[in-house]
Amino acid sequence: MGKPLLHRSPIPGLGISAGITLTLLSLVVLLPIGALLAKGAVAGPERLWSEVNSARIWASLWLSFRLSFLAAAFNLVFGAALAWVLARYRFPGRRLIDAAVDLPFALPTAVAGIALTALYAPNGVFGAVARDWGVKIAYTPLGIFIALVFVGLPFVVRTVQPVIDEIEREVEEASATLGASRAHTIRHVILPMLAPAALTGFALALARAVGEYGSVIFIAGNLPMKTEIAPLLIVIKLEEFNYDGATAIGIAMLVISFLMLFVINAIQVWSRRRIGYV
Amino acid sequence: MSDTAPATFRAATDESPLFRIVLTVIVLSLLVLLLFAPLVAVFYEALRKGWVTAVTSLADPEALAAIRLTLTVAAIAVPLNAMFGIAAAWLITKYDFRGKALLITLIDLPFSVSPVVVGLCIVLTFGANTWIGALLVQAGHPVVFALPGIVLASMIVTFPFVARELIPVMIEQGRAEEEAALTLGASGWRTFRTVTLPNIRWALLYGVLLCNARAMGEFGAVSVVSGKIRGQTATMPITIEMLYNEYLSVAAFALAAVLAFLAFVTLGLKTFLEIRHADALAAARRH
Repeated sequence: MGKPLLHRSPIPGLGISAGITLTLLSLVVLLPIGALLAKGAVAGPERLWSEVNSARIWASLWLSFRLSFLAAAFNLVFGAALAWVLARYRFPGRRLIDAAVDLPFALPTAVAGIALTALYAPNGVFGAVARDWGVKIAYTPLGIFIALVFVGLPFVVRTVQPVIDEIEREVEEASATLGASRAHTIRHVILPMLAPAALTGFALALARAVGEYGSVIFIAGNLPMKTEIAPLLIVIKLEEFNYDGATAIGIAMLVISFLMLFVINAIQVWSRRRIGYV
Repeated sequence: MSDTAPATFRAATDESPLFRIVLTVIVLSLLVLLLFAPLVAVFYEALRKGWVTAVTSLADPEALAAIRLTLTVAAIAVPLNAMFGIAAAWLITKYDFRGKALLITLIDLPFSVSPVVVGLCIVLTFGANTWIGALLVQAGHPVVFALPGIVLASMIVTFPFVARELIPVMIEQGRAEEEAALTLGASGWRTFRTVTLPNIRWALLYGVLLCNARAMGEFGAVSVVSGKIRGQTATMPITIEMLYNEYLSVAAFALAAVLAFLAFVTLGLKTFLEIRHADALAAARRH
């Protein structure tokens, strides 16, 4: 605690930058989130628990979590492979594809939602093919999974790609010189270097997927107990003017978000200690 | 084709050609199914019944009102968030103080909160049944189911974008140039305008573009606070949802195509900036 609260600095603008930052942060982020927590505190833990503790809400939380985890895991493998192909291989159209990876960041979620539904619904282009094989995609958990893979994809690619760019070829050459096969080098030299970034991307994709709403509700079908995601239940509770119920689910999801934020920070601290950068 | 190297020659740090081709084909096929197909679908569905029908559906008063509302929301939310982003990045990179890590975590917080929870928070703060909300309604300025709520929802969801782009670039730039300008007698404001701003302008532009695209496309948070009143509080994404649920597919996809086009422009400009100003943005990619 020897560190002073603020080091004196010759650079002007402390007052105005701190003023704008703290005012907007308080008004825009802290006040609304504080209101949610205050509402929860007024209702009390027992009331919140009785609101959350219903089969329908557990089913939706379990569905949201399970599918978000699966989609993030799929993105972990697919995103790392895509980052590798984009960083290491040269083929026509590489720049275009590199740019397109950010599409889920820029495309509005509702647009993605109706587009995916148009494709994967039983009368859509891909949905019809799947139907001939006896698989239903849209309006089932599989459809939700596809939407969550879509929104989470850029996170893993964009965290892993810069790390691949920074790997020094000498390390790989040393491994090859010492007689390691290419597969052995990838497994024992490259993957350990990519692991922290890939895990950060996984956690970011997971956090995004758990809260995702716009791209999922169109393709989900929204059947209670079957394809109803947790954020949708908040909307339903609000439409029923059940504020305590909405607050209870909202706080549950906020706690989950905080936990994931904590895990992401822990991974970054760990990787910074291990390899010096994230 | 050189005949000095054997046909099977490859560097020890390359995978076999077969592996490369198989991996590239698998990855790109998945990308086509997941990313490119939906994009094509938006434009295909919009133009299904011809250009005329699509353009006519955009000229509908409700669609026009939605476009106007979305532009209004972005015109308020984006400059405020840009101002916040610059102030926060300045505060974080130019001074040393205790609690900086906590401040950064709080700024990033909206990234990990579900948009629907963001909407819920606004309703619980400013809804008509809260004391702040009741006061504001009495004063004739309701927040929820009105423009301020929609602006606030869009602001919260896009809150960290500009700061996130600026902070890594400004850390990389250091403080020496600003300190030199100040030593030479420049005022703080002039130092910012002539020294800092030229260094960060591309990162700032990219942050603003991304913030704008997300603010215009925000759905989850806005759908909770908008009340979905046609022609009044229905933004473009909300109108897309309503049209889609009424089976007005062409109209929904035409409006969606406008937003998809905006996403295109955002990504195109981003790629252009990355190619032209790779150095200035390089730091931002390493966050």
